[in-house]
Amino acid sequence: MTLVESSATQLLAQLNSGHVSAVEVTRAYLDRIERFDPQVKVFLRSDGDAAVAQAADIDRRRSQGKPVGKLAGLPVAVKDLLCSRGELTTCGSRMLENFRAPYDSTVVARLRAADAVFIGRTNLDEFAMGGSNENSAFFPTRNPWDLTRIPGGSSGGAAACVAADMAPLAIGTDTGGSIRQPAGLCGVTGLKPTYGRVSRYGLVAFASSLDQIGPMARSAEDAALLLEVIAGHDERDATSISQAVPQYSQTVSQPLAGLRLGLVREHFGPGLDGEVESAVREAIRVYVSLGAKVVDLSMPHGKYGVATYYIIAPSEASSNLARYDGVHYGYRTDEEPMIEELAEERKQLVAAGRLKEAEQVDNPLVRLYRKSRAEGFGPEVKRRIMLGTYALSAGYYDAYYLKALKVRRLIRGDYDNAFAKVDLIAGPVTSTPAFKIGEKSEDPLAMYLVDLYTVTANLAGVGGISIPCGFSSGGLPIGLQLQAPPLEEERLLRAAHMFQQATDWHTRRPTLVD
Amino acid sequence: MNELYTIIIGLEVHVQLQTQSKLFCGCSTQFGAAPNTQTCPVCIGLPGALPVMNRRAFDLALRSAIALNCDIAPYTKWDRKQYYYPDLPKGFQISQYDLPFSDDGFLAIEDPKVRFEPKKVGIIRVHLEEDAGKSMHDEISGKADSRIDLNRAGTPLLEIVSQPDMRSPLEAKAYLTEIKLLLTYLGVSDCNMQEGSLRVDANVNLHINLPDGHVAKTPIVEIKNMNSFRAVERALAFEADRQYDEWRETGKTIGSSPKQTSGWDDVANVTRPQRYKEESSDYRYFPEPDLAPVTVGDKEIDRIREELGELPADLRARLAATYEISDYDSDVLVNQGPAAVNYFVELATLVKDGKVASNWIQQDVLRTLNERNISIDKFPIPAIGLAELISRVQAGDLDTSRGREIFTEMLATGQTAVQIISARGIARVDDLELIALCNEIVTANPRIVADIKSGKVQAAGNLVGQVKKRNPNVNPGRVREICLEIAEKM
Repeated sequence: MTLVESSATQLLAQLNSGHVSAVEVTRAYLDRIERFDPQVKVFLRSDGDAAVAQAADIDRRRSQGKPVGKLAGLPVAVKDLLCSRGELTTCGSRMLENFRAPYDSTVVARLRAADAVFIGRTNLDEFAMGGSNENSAFFPTRNPWDLTRIPGGSSGGAAACVAADMAPLAIGTDTGGSIRQPAGLCGVTGLKPTYGRVSRYGLVAFASSLDQIGPMARSAEDAALLLEVIAGHDERDATSISQAVPQYSQTVSQPLAGLRLGLVREHFGPGLDGEVESAVREAIRVYVSLGAKVVDLSMPHGKYGVATYYIIAPSEASSNLARYDGVHYGYRTDEEPMIEELAEERKQLVAAGRLKEAEQVDNPLVRLYRKSRAEGFGPEVKRRIMLGTYALSAGYYDAYYLKALKVRRLIRGDYDNAFAKVDLIAGPVTSTPAFKIGEKSEDPLAMYLVDLYTVTANLAGVGGISIPCGFSSGGLPIGLQLQAPPLEEERLLRAAHMFQQATDWHTRRPTLVD
Repeated sequence: MNELYTIIIGLEVHVQLQTQSKLFCGCSTQFGAAPNTQTCPVCIGLPGALPVMNRRAFDLALRSAIALNCDIAPYTKWDRKQYYYPDLPKGFQISQYDLPFSDDGFLAIEDPKVRFEPKKVGIIRVHLEEDAGKSMHDEISGKADSRIDLNRAGTPLLEIVSQPDMRSPLEAKAYLTEIKLLLTYLGVSDCNMQEGSLRVDANVNLHINLPDGHVAKTPIVEIKNMNSFRAVERALAFEADRQYDEWRETGKTIGSSPKQTSGWDDVANVTRPQRYKEESSDYRYFPEPDLAPVTVGDKEIDRIREELGELPADLRARLAATYEISDYDSDVLVNQGPAAVNYFVELATLVKDGKVASNWIQQDVLRTLNERNISIDKFPIPAIGLAELISRVQAGDLDTSRGREIFTEMLATGQTAVQIISARGIARVDDLELIALCNEIVTANPRIVADIKSGKVQAAGNLVGQVKKRNPNVNPGRVREICLEIAEKM
């Protein structure tokens, strides 16, 4: 097995035993990136020299017997949505194309302290808004299993990166399914932790009450390794949970006896692709063969999940993205033509005798806001800002936002009822395998429905994991989603690992040719 | 009270809390630092930064609301108030909307000169929020550049909204004075209007009594930009006249006209309507998802209540009763703040006479503070030093005017009363010796004696001057008394 094919757990053992150096591992991945990234287009930036220098420093310390971190020498790819001191953090947006974060996000700081090697920054839908990576302001990432198809999103770059062996570990973020859905579509393992399990400090906010950072990897075992490093209370995030972090990597290999799996009736209704359904049902049979019991469940409010999500997430986004106004940092419209344009508008109105209108032409500050935002944001971001601004407006707040909060509580109630009967909920991640690039870009509503099975976990704040469970007849990966009660990441990882011990879907790799 | 109309005044007061650090980050709140040096990713709203509540600020806010007799909410939350302005870097202000941490209180005000009846001004709500930065418009360069200083952004700000309970500019001023005093005594704010740590907006309209017994209400005007209590008083008086005139001209009433915002021009002494777009602002408030709601238990409220200490109203009553001074004197002393009260208490105890201590402080100490524009902490004569001087006056060693001279010299030289008295050779004059001296002078001035006898008593001043020339230590009052007596008998 080559270095890039090895699991993170195996690589770490080899690094620790001195069989391989961090520089060798890093170089192997950099070579892979150089060879295949022009096709897959995972990375917005990959600074090979910096990565090798970091690896060399780790090797030096290890050889001198100095202490090294938990992930010492393992390459990790980071979604370009987390601040990293002194580095560009674009969020896949023109708005922040030149924004250099002056501080480290907590997750990046923890990875740095763990001596992970930063191999590059992965592509995403602009500000994490999207499920296909087509909303990146720079370029769409491709699905390594079929380069004409989308890798999912918004952590599509991270998922494709792991699937294409360009990094053993990647950091994704999940607001409505943005880790689990691309993991499912690219055939990798992706875990969205309980809300508050991982600090959001330094994660550029999309929807603050839903955003959560999580690991993406080739296996549950590898994901456990990464989660263990990034999870935990952070005094800089008031919503982070102050409960001790279990040693996930120590317990992941312990199988769960007497597992009760809940199957949500509504998840197997119309709209679910036949091949996806068969793969998911086959995966459930694997669990049954391992001793699990299946319980039939109903989550009656789940059908309102997407509608609720598309009130709450855009509302918060409209507020979170207000700061990108061209005044303090980020994209600013070219001021000279703007001032000329304003003068011209006024002049024409005055010439036409429309004095009242001339008086109401924007002042330069308002026009600066308008133009900077109009030019800096892409269409999907604008669409969501408008949706959210509308939903929060006086006279609409009660009918939209407040009602959405109420439905959100009902959805959480569905989960509480379900988890009174079962240990985990099992079902599909997406209704179909990866679709073609461009296939849904003219239909925002169809695009929003790709989150159907994943948004409810974010609304309820519970954790979920996506693991590979088969392939379509066209050779595209299919994912199985497991969801657990709050703070039961350990259960998710152990259950996922059980499955991965019994199957080899997670070891399958796409064939890329030069 | 004006017979034509009643003025209805409500005040919104913003007060910066005296914390070491800002409301949602660890940056310093010190006033006067170089622009943008007291900032971090959180208070300048960088992507990804998150707020964390400063519990100390919340405690100070609780303290204030409890002292303002407010109900404290067991559960309170934060909301985002959204608007665009360059000194608001996140595009929203973290504030409190529908569940403020306290509401429904009151503040009692009273005028020692009884120009209005004592009353309780209702407090609608008190809430906590973060301050914005400062915009400085540099128009000197001709380019109308604006500069932004974000040092202030995120400073804890208490908003105190009163009921429209005040009926005159004087009452409004009394309310502000009392709020400032209360918050100063509580140690929650320095309430310095010049540095912007206390800001006032006023809502005002008139209820005009019509001949038919009905009342016409003029449109409410919100006045901003008042930077002293005196300015508030003047702005309200101006605005009341203006509204009355406007009503007589146009007949506009509250229903027919929207709320207007005006700015006070302190130089021209007028309020001026501020231009705003016609659409009403919609702040799109919603709960701040990055902060947890705050719960406050009864035990905590009790603890804070116990730690409040003596508030100004109780202190006034206690000083008047304990030191036998008038309510007016007590009010003047308490209004000077805790340090002045401590000075008074120390002085009154040392000289064993509250009235005397109060007179010296009001006439001499406060005058000096005003002249030098300093606070009592910077006053150079300690209470014990002043007591030494006063006790010599009380003993009759010095008359009051002589005492004042020495007071002035103490201030000028930094010497003690004893040092000055001994350097000047001031000594008590024996009464028999004094009578002998007066006798000598009176006898030597028969024409003056004649004047006195013919009723020109003021002619005795010349005799006093001559005696004083011979012995500067004499008490002029006593000399005058003796000389008149001798002259009458001649």
